[in-house]
Amino acid sequence: MKHHRIVLAVALAAALSAVAVRTAAAQDAPARQRWSFAGPFGIYDQAQLQRGFKIYKEVCSNCHSLKLLAFRNLAEPGGPGFTEAQAAAIAATFQVTDGPNDQGEMFQRPGKLADSFPPPFPNDQAARAALGGKLPPDMSVLALARSYDWGFPWFIVDAFTMYQEDGPDYIHAILNGYTDPPAGFTLAPGTQYNKYFPGGGLGMPKPLSDGQVEYTDGTPTTVDQYGRDVAAFLMWAAEPTLDARKRLGFQVMIYLIVLTGLLYLTKKKVWHDVLDDPDLLQSRPPTEYPRS
Amino acid sequence: MSGYSTYQPQSPFMKWLERRLPIASLVYSSFVAYPTPRNLNYWWTFGGILTFMLGVQIVTGVVLAMHYTPHVDFAFNSVEGIMRDVNFGWLLRYVHANGASFFFVAVYVHMARGMYYGSYKEPREVLWILGVILFLLMVATGFMGYVLPWGQMSFWAATVITNLFSAIPGVGGSVVTWLWGGYAVGNPTLNRFYSLHYLLPFVIAGVVVLHIWALHMVGQNNPTGVEPKTEKDTVAFTPYATVKDAFFIGIFCLVFAWFIFYIPNYLGHSDNYIPANPGQTPTHIVPEWYYLPFYAILRGIPSKLLGVTALASSIVILAFLPWLDTSRVRSANYRPLYRQFLFIFFAAVIGLGYLGSQEPTGGYVIAARILTAYYFAFFLIILPLLGLFERTKPLPNSISEAVLRHGAPIGASAPPPSGAKV
Repeated sequence: MKHHRIVLAVALAAALSAVAVRTAAAQDAPARQRWSFAGPFGIYDQAQLQRGFKIYKEVCSNCHSLKLLAFRNLAEPGGPGFTEAQAAAIAATFQVTDGPNDQGEMFQRPGKLADSFPPPFPNDQAARAALGGKLPPDMSVLALARSYDWGFPWFIVDAFTMYQEDGPDYIHAILNGYTDPPAGFTLAPGTQYNKYFPGGGLGMPKPLSDGQVEYTDGTPTTVDQYGRDVAAFLMWAAEPTLDARKRLGFQVMIYLIVLTGLLYLTKKKVWHDVLDDPDLLQSRPPTEYPRS
Repeated sequence: MSGYSTYQPQSPFMKWLERRLPIASLVYSSFVAYPTPRNLNYWWTFGGILTFMLGVQIVTGVVLAMHYTPHVDFAFNSVEGIMRDVNFGWLLRYVHANGASFFFVAVYVHMARGMYYGSYKEPREVLWILGVILFLLMVATGFMGYVLPWGQMSFWAATVITNLFSAIPGVGGSVVTWLWGGYAVGNPTLNRFYSLHYLLPFVIAGVVVLHIWALHMVGQNNPTGVEPKTEKDTVAFTPYATVKDAFFIGIFCLVFAWFIFYIPNYLGHSDNYIPANPGQTPTHIVPEWYYLPFYAILRGIPSKLLGVTALASSIVILAFLPWLDTSRVRSANYRPLYRQFLFIFFAAVIGLGYLGSQEPTGGYVIAARILTAYYFAFFLIILPLLGLFERTKPLPNSISEAVLRHGAPIGASAPPPSGAKV
């Protein structure tokens, strides 16, 4: 009886919380992709990161900066796996502003491993001026800064299934989301309709088309594949320590399971005598607590 | 923290020290010989877990502070620098950020346990009030910590929360300017939040000492709510409570590690990876999950002043709990009606939390108002009246007796004495 009422109470509260139906957003849910870096043992796919980097360099970097990433990161473990020489060669293809020199002037020089990726525009105002008033966001932590609210019950399920790839899923979806606007949709001037973008009108024109970036490893050159590769690259750019995190995580988990198991056995041993103390078997009938 | 000590120094040095600073006997009486009720369940391990989490937050926080730059132009990038370039910086930051959440998980369980078993009742009122003060300090510390990464949510949470003070009649505007150190949330705000975020944990640690001192004066409550009567009702803190706490801290850490290593950004908001931009308001400003029930109470009320008053009252009212609850029976195990109202209360708080995360429109606002009404009615109407009308179940004579009846609900197996109201 009493459990029945508790269940009823919880159900009532839950029903109250769900009185209003979730307001339908003008945004399609991104399709969840399979990522090599998902799950407890997931790590980045080096070849995919290299392809993604190629797309960034040839396409994205024309407008988007990547200020927090340094060229040296390209050769660090857990990344795209370039050798230090390759990373240095990549750095040298970029022109970096340095200075002031002994004459007190700023100057351009080829990039070095320690430099971070130079932005395509000297400042935000220059970017806006060149791109019709739109400021392309910096891509350094873009994959962590974009998400999709899957709502109940996904926000609970995802904690158990370790779903953390909403950022790359969203980026992949956006790159594949350019369609004709639905009937009656008025598009703001200077925007393109994208069914995955909140509100629908995205300032970025469709950046990728099939066959635009050349792959040398036989990977299909489709927008779908490009989207997946560049999203994986941006995930790595946003969290270059993901591989190390998951590797250490597994070790910590094993350690904690063993430690907790040993503590449980110790606890059982210590408490064993107390719980079976025969002295405690004499008891009196209960009395009511005195009432005020 | 004395009164139980049987500590006898053995070595000449300890004898010498004991006459000058009896720290060894203090530690011995407080953490070794201290008698704890033998029937404490695992809900009682959350006090130890909270102490552990405070330690984790202070240690990781002090190291993070060595690498963090409290300036509006550098804060965001310095946090990313910690993630990328500091050795194990990602681990420090993820432990600290998720640690705040798990600190609140533990404190909410600890508070719920106190409410279920009536741990706030005479003679534990001061102990409970110190707990409410600790919770308030945690709320303030957590909020200011969330501002430090200076992402979009940091900035706008700071703006929204500090603006609450503008509801104070007359001086509200001046108070907000004073809090900001300027005419908008800016560098002075970030600097003072950083300073206070570093200071408050040590204030918390100080109040924790008082909290434990008060606890050791009155002793722990237990699942029966019946005070220990003989030595057989208690066991020594060490090894019994120590090993039980340690085991459950291990369980807690397993869940904690799951979040740190596998879903470190699950509890955060993706907008906080966008650098703060005073010129662009996020579409949907939400606080961290642990403030959501209070946020729902605030937003449910149309008047700003009333909303802020309700928000503050919803926490302050906890301090009056020992006097609002008129029943003399502590444990909800023996209070069938209170138990049901309490579970509805817990469900209402969780419901408010969910509503706080949703956009405040239509049915959500109505639901939030209903749950807010229940929240306050629980304290102001239900609790005072229940103590007068509720028929409680018979209590066991002692803790030992209750322990030996384990299996059946405590007290339920024995026939009530003749004439007793059941």
